[in-house]
Amino acid sequence: MEHIDFSLVDWSRAQFALTAMYHWLFVPLTLGLSFVIAFMETLYFRTGNPEWKRITKFWMTLFGVNFAIGVATGIILEFEFGTNWSNYSWFVGDIFGAPLAIEGIMAFFMESTFIAVMFFGWNKVSKKFHLVSTWLVAIGSNLSALWILVANAWMQNPTGMHFNPDTARNEMVNFWDVLFSPVAINKFFHTVLSAYILASIFVIGVSAWFLLKNREQLFAKRSIKVAAIFGLAASFLTMLTGDGSARNMAKFQPMKFAAMENLYEGQKNAPLVAIGILKEDAKEALHKKQDFRIEIEIPNMLSYMAFLDPNAYVPGIKDLVHGNPAYNIMSYQEKSEKGKLAIQSLADYKNARKAKNDSLANISLTKFEANYPYFGYGYYAGRDMHELIPNIPLTFYSFRIMVGLGFHFLALFLVVLILTNKDKIEKKRFILYTALWTIPLAYIASELGWIVAEVGRQPWVIQDILPTIAAVSQIKSASVQITFWLFFILFTGLLIAEIKIMVSQIKKGPAIETPEN
Amino acid sequence: MFETFSHILLQQYWWIIVSLLGAILVFLMFVQGGQTLIYTIGKTEDERTILVNLLGRKWELTFTTLVTFGGAFFASFPLFYSTSFGGAYWVWMLILIAFVVQAVSYEYRQKPNNFLGKRTYETLLFMNGLLGTILIGTAVATFFTGSEFSVDKLNLTRLTGDKMPIISEWKGLANGLEAAFNLQNLSLGLAVFFLSRVLALLYFMNRVRNSEIMERVKKQLLINAIPFVVFFLTFTIWLMFSSGFAVDPTTGLVSMEPFKYFHNLIAMPVVAVLLLLGVAMVLVGIIRPLTCFVKCGTKGIWLSGLGTILTVFSLLLLAGFNNTAYYPSTFDLQSSLTLQNSSSSRYTLTIMSYVSLLVPFVIAYIWYAWRSIDNKKIDIEEIKSESHTY
Repeated sequence: MEHIDFSLVDWSRAQFALTAMYHWLFVPLTLGLSFVIAFMETLYFRTGNPEWKRITKFWMTLFGVNFAIGVATGIILEFEFGTNWSNYSWFVGDIFGAPLAIEGIMAFFMESTFIAVMFFGWNKVSKKFHLVSTWLVAIGSNLSALWILVANAWMQNPTGMHFNPDTARNEMVNFWDVLFSPVAINKFFHTVLSAYILASIFVIGVSAWFLLKNREQLFAKRSIKVAAIFGLAASFLTMLTGDGSARNMAKFQPMKFAAMENLYEGQKNAPLVAIGILKEDAKEALHKKQDFRIEIEIPNMLSYMAFLDPNAYVPGIKDLVHGNPAYNIMSYQEKSEKGKLAIQSLADYKNARKAKNDSLANISLTKFEANYPYFGYGYYAGRDMHELIPNIPLTFYSFRIMVGLGFHFLALFLVVLILTNKDKIEKKRFILYTALWTIPLAYIASELGWIVAEVGRQPWVIQDILPTIAAVSQIKSASVQITFWLFFILFTGLLIAEIKIMVSQIKKGPAIETPEN
Repeated sequence: MFETFSHILLQQYWWIIVSLLGAILVFLMFVQGGQTLIYTIGKTEDERTILVNLLGRKWELTFTTLVTFGGAFFASFPLFYSTSFGGAYWVWMLILIAFVVQAVSYEYRQKPNNFLGKRTYETLLFMNGLLGTILIGTAVATFFTGSEFSVDKLNLTRLTGDKMPIISEWKGLANGLEAAFNLQNLSLGLAVFFLSRVLALLYFMNRVRNSEIMERVKKQLLINAIPFVVFFLTFTIWLMFSSGFAVDPTTGLVSMEPFKYFHNLIAMPVVAVLLLLGVAMVLVGIIRPLTCFVKCGTKGIWLSGLGTILTVFSLLLLAGFNNTAYYPSTFDLQSSLTLQNSSSSRYTLTIMSYVSLLVPFVIAYIWYAWRSIDNKKIDIEEIKSESHTY
């Protein structure tokens, strides 16, 4: 009998994805704009020029509108770990909970306290204290990103823990391994840097609109300059960290890497498909080899990208599912048998302990520990191993569109920076329109990055150890459906409100600075 | 330092921290209480603007405390997080929805072109105040009255059969909403609701410079203080006479013990003193402004606020200390959650304890920052001169 309620699993996933994607619509702007504001206020502090204060205040208003909705969607994510992923909360709570709590203590209070000084302290505290507060808001928001990304990275590459069979959960044995895992460091920088790009594009795009409307020339050009420098630096560093992400993925999540590249059969000197269109339709193609209708390859590049060696062997989906002894790759079938053995040994161990049969408990424990690395695969014993393959077209296209847009952003930053330096930007209407229409593209690229990261790792909540089917809460699927739609209506309503308010505030433009405000 | 602590000591240390955060949260929910009073106290547009802005400047503190309370509970007692949140799904979801609308309602209420209109955002603030307080109070009451759930870690090894491999299973009929139909739970929920309104009124007294508002505040203070006292006493007296969920410290077995919470109070005299002191401070904080309104009205929020923290703190200590199951299961007593069976590992608690040393520093900078920008009473002119208003 089927004991997994797939409807429940799917709706729980959908709800989490909905919340995460809505949350991520607002977070990157907060992360990046907080620094842009801090740079601008620093310029005001140093020059004493009221125009910089006016510029700072304008972006600060937009920051406030965006911040509120980011906070609102964020709290749901935190609690959904418990409400919708109950087993997960126990199974890894010993490790995952810590960064979440540290985030609250270290970052959220810093952010929320100094945001009050930032908004209400202009005429009440010294210029210096105000500037420090603005910087602390930026640092606080980015620190909060650090802790939640450390937690996410740990799910992609679990490290620094040991499974305790008595408590039936993973327990942290080395905090520093969790905090400084290469995946965590890379993920943090890649994510926040990409957020800086988005915020820079937002500032440039909005400023471009002012130039197109022939309004606020000085304000717009100064804003563009600050944002273009920030965005350009962030773009180069995002490329570097993106490269690091790919290598980590090839090492720790080879299936995600293969899916992202639509690499069905592994090969040496693997080429990178720079541009490709898949042949079969997505639905049928999920578990079959898919050829390319069109492809442009860069020879050896994939091998190099994955292992810094053009001759390296990059395993494909087929190798990972069916195994490849020549390269020491174990099949999923074998892994699921070992996983099943681990799960059964855990049951034997716990029953033996209850019966006070120490020798059986010890034998079971040894068997369990030998097979624990495959624990999660055990839940797929007797099932079709192809269920362990993520959605290939979604991962493949998301990655390519994200990278393509990344190059577009880089070029845009370069062009607007040069034009602003030459003081010609207001005359280049095509560039200004491009900048304006790049704003939605930045949001698309940012969301696609998370799709690659999260869809690509399915079905794992914790890589190799806990799949979604064993991580959910035991609730009725109908309950989750209702809350999904409630959140959908709520978030969409609030998003519409946010956009409308944002547009109105932008149209209003920066306020005229008087000594009182 | 913390490495030398035993596991049980660390568990108790973290129960103290979680209880303290919960207690501060209840105090800070004066923001929610105030949100239910905007139209009762504010009769003109300007008056309502004063009230909304006063509360709006503090919403983030309450919200951040709630988030940190959740995070700290997850990190220190993850089995509670997985069992209660994953089981009492509807209670927590309603609390969440109530809080989600709060932040945006403040920020968007006055903004032009805000899609839903000012009144909608004010209604959402009212809903947040009403549902947030009553439901959190009701949920906390289940720490004493229990819920129906089972916990079996062996479930993780289910590979076949008709049930999923999930450790915690909720047995209550309405995924947590059934708690709201228990009168004892509801009495605490309503006590928290009226307390939050009382605290909000005391906060208004402390911060507003407007005589019309003050008149209404004084009238409302008595109207809200009476039901608060009635509901709070109902819950507390009921609690003292209730059977509680005792844990055998050697075997870990849970059993019912008559007058358990009363026994806890006797066994922990410090907690008893804190509780009595807390209740007395709350009451004096309310009564003094009623008797000498103009002269001593402004300090009530501090007295009642601190009293609230002490009272809630000691109630939560009663729930978890002295060998008591803090999240009991009436479906299966042995599934009840205790500090020992639901906590994180010794290592994680040790690491987290070091982080907790930052808390006094955090409280210090919050205090300093707010003193710098909140040092005089507020009227409509002050709000109108601000570049950022709610």
